Amino acid sequence: MKARFLMAAGALALSTSTAFASTLVYCSEGSPEGFDPALFTAGTTFDASSHPIYNRLLEFEIGTTNVIPGLAESVEASDDGLTYTFTLRQGVKFHSNDAFTPSRDFNAEDVIFSFERQRLDDHPYNKVSGGTWTYFTSMSMPDLVESVEKVDDYTVKFTLTHPEAPFVANMAMDFASILSAEYGEAMLAAGTPEALNTAPVGTGPFSFVAYQKDAVIRYQAHEAYWKDKAEIDNLIFAITPDASVRYQKLRAGECHVMPYPNPADIAAMKEDPSIIMMEQEGLNVGYLAYNTTMAPFDNPKVRRALNMAIDKQSIIDVVFQGSGQIAKNPIPPTMWGYNDAVQDDNYDPAAAKAALEAEGVTDLSMKIWAMPVQRPYNPNARRMAELLQADFAKVGVTVEIVTYEWGEYLSRSKAMDRDGAVLLGWTGDNGDPDNFLAVLLGCDGREASNRAQWCHQPFEDLIQKAKIVTDAGERTALYEEAQQVFKEQAPWATIAHSMVYMPMSTKVSGFKVHPLGGHIFYGVSVE
Amino acid sequence: MLRYVLSRLLTFLPTFLGVTLISFGFIRVLPGDPIIVMAGERGMSEERYQEMVVKLGFDKPVLQQYWDYLTGVLQGDLGESFVTKQPVWDEFFKLFPATLELSACAMIIAIALGLPAGVIAAVNRGKFFDRALMTSALIGYSMPIFWWALLLIIVFSGNLGWTPVSGRIDLLYYFDDVTGFMLIDSLLSGQEGAFKSAVRHLILPTIVLGTIPLAVIARQTRSAMLEVLGEDYIRTAKAKGLSPLRINGLHALRNALIPVVTVIGLSVGTLLAGAILTETIFSWPGIGKWMVDSIFRRDYPVVQGGLLMIAVIVMIVNLSVDMLYGVINPKIRKR
Repeated sequence: MKARFLMAAGALALSTSTAFASTLVYCSEGSPEGFDPALFTAGTTFDASSHPIYNRLLEFEIGTTNVIPGLAESVEASDDGLTYTFTLRQGVKFHSNDAFTPSRDFNAEDVIFSFERQRLDDHPYNKVSGGTWTYFTSMSMPDLVESVEKVDDYTVKFTLTHPEAPFVANMAMDFASILSAEYGEAMLAAGTPEALNTAPVGTGPFSFVAYQKDAVIRYQAHEAYWKDKAEIDNLIFAITPDASVRYQKLRAGECHVMPYPNPADIAAMKEDPSIIMMEQEGLNVGYLAYNTTMAPFDNPKVRRALNMAIDKQSIIDVVFQGSGQIAKNPIPPTMWGYNDAVQDDNYDPAAAKAALEAEGVTDLSMKIWAMPVQRPYNPNARRMAELLQADFAKVGVTVEIVTYEWGEYLSRSKAMDRDGAVLLGWTGDNGDPDNFLAVLLGCDGREASNRAQWCHQPFEDLIQKAKIVTDAGERTALYEEAQQVFKEQAPWATIAHSMVYMPMSTKVSGFKVHPLGGHIFYGVSVE
Repeated sequence: MLRYVLSRLLTFLPTFLGVTLISFGFIRVLPGDPIIVMAGERGMSEERYQEMVVKLGFDKPVLQQYWDYLTGVLQGDLGESFVTKQPVWDEFFKLFPATLELSACAMIIAIALGLPAGVIAAVNRGKFFDRALMTSALIGYSMPIFWWALLLIIVFSGNLGWTPVSGRIDLLYYFDDVTGFMLIDSLLSGQEGAFKSAVRHLILPTIVLGTIPLAVIARQTRSAMLEVLGEDYIRTAKAKGLSPLRINGLHALRNALIPVVTVIGLSVGTLLAGAILTETIFSWPGIGKWMVDSIFRRDYPVVQGGLLMIAVIVMIVNLSVDMLYGVINPKIRKR
């Protein structure tokens, strides 16, 4: 396989224009941590591993958050919501490499292997390559999954400890990628179990060819892919950490697609006739979380008054340089269950000041925490905090801006007695509203990911019920109502959802911006 | 000479121990818990956190952790990266040839241009060439690497299309690493045009990384030459009617070399520091970028191991410079 790629590369090297006919070069923003997606949490790693190399039982339809069949042809939930039975696709081939040639097609053993290594402490692969399984645990899978059983070669049954509707979406997440049990056994026998992370074998549209650390990752199309073969023959990730340099490479024709442009370059890119700029709302939210356990922020009227003092449009213009939209709900508008009927707080400093005075709040001093890092949902937290400081000053509230090193920031901002409101945000994992509302605002999340330390029973009842029912319409109604309650109670000031921009060469067609943030090249072609 | 070498080697040991202590302590003094940084916004349960503390060995007393690290180092084990789960030693040796290749090219350019420029400036002291050269050297020394690199990329790669934007070789060439040095591997590969592509990719990063050492070497050579040119034996040589080339090139330059060699030795540290920015901008897969990433991720084993390896390299270079003094000036080795 490697030799064939070599020959192709050598021949293609003679003519750059011919070479690009079937080779797509993606200027990625960083190096993957490894190639076993279950071990890691970074989007950069998933772009290089789970998307090209692997499949999951269920998949997110590219460009949407809809869950569609993947390696499972169908899934059936029991009436009590405690068991999910997956019927597996037949005739699915794994990749091969220098050290391994599969002797059989994908079957139930591979599903069992892929989950049990994350779930069972005594599994031979549980401790391999550090075995942290961070996503599996952060999605509460160890507590949720009671057993994974093989019914027959092409049927697998998952039994849960309690009903949980988002389980279906979890199965389409990167950590649920299916690895080859046979490859696992072979590598264990060869004494190189870590090969699963360094020389990956999957069923995905592209097979792994080589990785030169911090420089290049090479893949080639999987000839025996169970769907149509990928339109590009070779996929190359040219690792280019600097956004300005990525832009220059795109201009010079050294790459076809680049992620994360500098906001300052976007206008020039849109003018460039050789570049197509694709854009979509990101599945994220940036917010200011009050500490709802501390006076006077324990009073919803005070929180709403402060929200009225925030000029969100200025924040979008200055901090996001126009590449964002005002957030009125805690979930983004691209997500199902979004309640568009919710009215946002009007920007009205005079009314805000009057409302504060009506609650007896005068001469208020508070802290606003500004994150020390850039995130899509908040590209410049310090600047955002300064704008909030100016807005709050207009209603008589004095703000002191504080910041800490990122690890300290995450750790200290969880404290129940935290002094001040904290700027933070979230990017969705699985397109399910539960992944925002329960994680960030549920009672269990206090002193953890619920930075508002907010526990409001009517809201909690709604999101807990939505977790259990499996009917999509009923879940949507519950989440819509929960957003209404959230708005009335205002534990956060919802600030912005960022836009995602993907500049690419006009030679590229078929690319879809994925709302979950991944960069996927199956179905993409190059002239 | 042997005593001289041994005495230099003896100073190596305490410095090495000091470096292990500093590299171990440095990353721990920085605020930020690596486990929390790893979990990010998602966070983790207290139970999971405690599991990780035990797994990474943070539950042991700090002295015990240092002792484990030191004994590991002495057995050639620098530990495993928290992030990639790969041995630090393997990662270092995969990336180091790229840094060495770039630094060596930058140093060769800096010496090849800096030394003659300094000599010519000294000989033409106060004239136009001297002033122009010293002004350029000052500008070169003061220029921010990041800005300089982007400027060159935009002009020569983006607008003129003369050089590639970044990377080590055109992506269409693909061969296995043999030595890790792209110039050598591209020749060994036998693929047509591969070597030329590797050279073209080296041009801009070499210029960027070589700029500061070039400026420093030119200025140092000039001032050392000026001092030597005023000595009596030079006047004698002139009086004897020796050619200017022989006087400047042999008698003056050789005596001016000691401070210049010192500066070249010290420049190795500057090069490695400059490599951090240069490698990031030019997507050059070397140890500079690897180290910076590891500091942000609080990847203790990589920071410790990387710092230690870099320190050892700088120490070896300086030791070699010390030896070279003895070669250039025999009086030194007799002291």
